[in-house]
Amino acid sequence: MTQKKFLYVNRKAPYGTVYALESLEVVLIGAAFEQDVRLLFMDDGVFQLAKGQDTAGIDNKNFSPTYSALGDYEVTKIYVDKQSLEERGMSLDDLQHLVWEDEDDDWAERDSIVLVDRSEIKEIMEENDVVLSF
Amino acid sequence: MKFTIQVSEGPYTHQASDSAYQFTRAALEKGHEIFRVFFYHDGVNNATRLTTPPQDDRNVVNRWSELAAEHNLDMVVCVAAAQRRGIADADEAKRNGKDADNLAPGFRISGLGQLIEGAIQSERLVVFGD
Amino acid sequence: MLHIVNKSPFEKNSLQSCLSCAKEGSTILLIEDGVYGVLKNSAVSDAITGAMKGMTICALEADVKARGIADKVIDGVKLVDYNGFVDLTCDNEKLQSWL
Repeated sequence: MTQKKFLYVNRKAPYGTVYALESLEVVLIGAAFEQDVRLLFMDDGVFQLAKGQDTAGIDNKNFSPTYSALGDYEVTKIYVDKQSLEERGMSLDDLQHLVWEDEDDDWAERDSIVLVDRSEIKEIMEENDVVLSF
Repeated sequence: MKFTIQVSEGPYTHQASDSAYQFTRAALEKGHEIFRVFFYHDGVNNATRLTTPPQDDRNVVNRWSELAAEHNLDMVVCVAAAQRRGIADADEAKRNGKDADNLAPGFRISGLGQLIEGAIQSERLVVFGD
Repeated sequence: MLHIVNKSPFEKNSLQSCLSCAKEGSTILLIEDGVYGVLKNSAVSDAITGAMKGMTICALEADVKARGIADKVIDGVKLVDYNGFVDLTCDNEKLQSWL
């Protein structure tokens, strides 16, 4: 099968609308197609990766643990916009620690999240074949 | 050029479906190929044949059905999104023990893989949403 | 690359995010409520005028006319119809919709 570079751009917060959850569902299904996948979280999308989400009080499924499974789906490049975090008074420490296992290096754990600035995002957007926006 | 179109909002509340329709029609008239139109999120609500707008308003659902009939469009409604929102064809309704189905002509229900396949097979993916 | 923005810049930050992530040489197409971004003398018109130095700014004419702002569009913004929209998606290999 043709292999294309896919970029998923996530700019919306979870729970207030369904986009974050249904975007994640596309990523998981898409993994079966063995494409080269990257995720970008910016603007309110950075809230999707926040630690400590507890949805018991709103009777919604807490889907945030699924992000930590992305490594098993060979999604190993997760870009987070530094500016969006800073604007929201957050830092990398406020996000889940997402890792993947490098089979070429005795399954060593590697960080999936890469903090990027806007000039890096310019390049990231241009280097993909398909941009899916949520 | 070969296109896949993603429609992520339902009819009437948001302009996304109108924009996607006008874009698709213009692309077809210019001789481009529409590989697939994929309806996701509330976009699945574009596929209910029970829609009954006032006579002086456009019928968003019928317009898609007619475009599909005219150009043999492949219009796919995401099954997971459709189940959440109560959009079902006869088979889906039966499988889920429902007493009615509502899928409009020209639409078919299938999985999210159809969106990924559309993106792989097409030269352009154009997303309309909110 | 073609960036498509459909949000009013007075309600959402999509246009601002787009402008900060679009490379020189990109084309930005404003559709739906996004066309409010091409209003003259607005809080964002300087940002648009500035972006026009390195990028092409287009707006969907049907959406501009529908909203009654056709005579208030910043000079140099290119108005396109749906055919023009299709052409833009053909001319640009990469597309991003700033939903």
